[in-house]
Amino acid sequence: MKKSTIRSNVVDALTLPDLCRFCRADETWIIELIDHGVLEPHGSTVETWHFHGINIVRAKKASRLNQDLGVNAAGAALVLTLLEERDVIRRRLAQYEGLPET
Amino acid sequence: MEYKDYYKVLGLKKTASPEDIKKAFRKLARTYHPDINTDAGAEAKFKEVNEAFEVLKDPEKRTAYDQLSAAPRWGGDNAQSGGWDEGYSFSQDRSADADAGAGFGDFFDSLFRQQAGARGGMGGGMASDSHAKIEVSIEDAYRGASRALSLTMPVLGPDGRVMMQDRKITVQIPKGVEEGQHLRVAGRGGEGDLFLEIAFAPHPIYRPDGRDLHLELPITPWEAALGGHIVMPTPTGKVDLRIPANARSGQKLRLKGKGLPGVKAGDIYATLKIVNPKVSTEQDRALFEGLAKEMSFNPRAHLGG
Repeated sequence: MKKSTIRSNVVDALTLPDLCRFCRADETWIIELIDHGVLEPHGSTVETWHFHGINIVRAKKASRLNQDLGVNAAGAALVLTLLEERDVIRRRLAQYEGLPET
Repeated sequence: MEYKDYYKVLGLKKTASPEDIKKAFRKLARTYHPDINTDAGAEAKFKEVNEAFEVLKDPEKRTAYDQLSAAPRWGGDNAQSGGWDEGYSFSQDRSADADAGAGFGDFFDSLFRQQAGARGGMGGGMASDSHAKIEVSIEDAYRGASRALSLTMPVLGPDGRVMMQDRKITVQIPKGVEEGQHLRVAGRGGEGDLFLEIAFAPHPIYRPDGRDLHLELPITPWEAALGGHIVMPTPTGKVDLRIPANARSGQKLRLKGKGLPGVKAGDIYATLKIVNPKVSTEQDRALFEGLAKEMSFNPRAHLGG
């Protein structure tokens, strides 16, 4: 059995078709997410659109919420906003709760 | 292989109506969805709930499952006997090491092997990429690392049907990955690419926030009062840090560019925490008594005390 290490690359700058494949979603859904302000692609035309960083993570989460829970684009937008707020608050809370005393 | 009580998973009685099943599933799916619930066991629970629903929502599967449950003896050494042989294909146990995809448990697979290709809680069958999550340490994110992964993924069999296959691969994790980022391993996900979502393992010292790291930095009351240089550990080694005079507890010091490496490296934020020594000897006592006598300091002045 061969045991070589396989290279990987960070997923960034996906085109619309690439993002659809990555999220297992169709273009209509992605465009709906853009209309709700969940995603902000770079580029002026659909053909030149590129999705970066946080947009890729958001698209994936929104698509999973839609596929697994039946949440629509407006609902996914709201859930993601609240989740991001929650994570900020959690990080701040962790600061005050502190770490085990030594 | 273990028998699974799908009714118990959904918190239902065997007499539950299809409406009850749907309601219970929706509620639990919401509660345990891995994008919402970050608890360690949530993802496993979510899969279990989906697996239970997959069976109980379908009248045919539900009947088959109920018949099986009614059969005598479960969980013994020869679990294939009894209910197993009655018309449902059974395969010998596979590896339970299902890191990839939305695969259901062995129990489900054995029961409903025929449908194995068409299932999946996370989206439809249009893409043939595989998705998985990996946990890396903050230190690995700084240096880069290689990781041995064991994946169970769907591949197209010679007869054109989807079958599960175990694969072991070693993947290079590039330097400077961030929590939530995805890595693409080209051509290694069943018929397509393998995508790995990065999660950081909990760290005893650092809390990541994007490319920045936060930590709590304990200092003595005299270091806080007088200021000066202290030695602070970072993932890339010890650094010299200047504490300003009259530093406050909760004050944040920034070490620029010492966070996760990248085109634009992150920063480290140290939050100062003044720690009092435990007074245990006569000499310690005398020192504090001296301070009490000599210093006029009332931290409660603003309370009117």
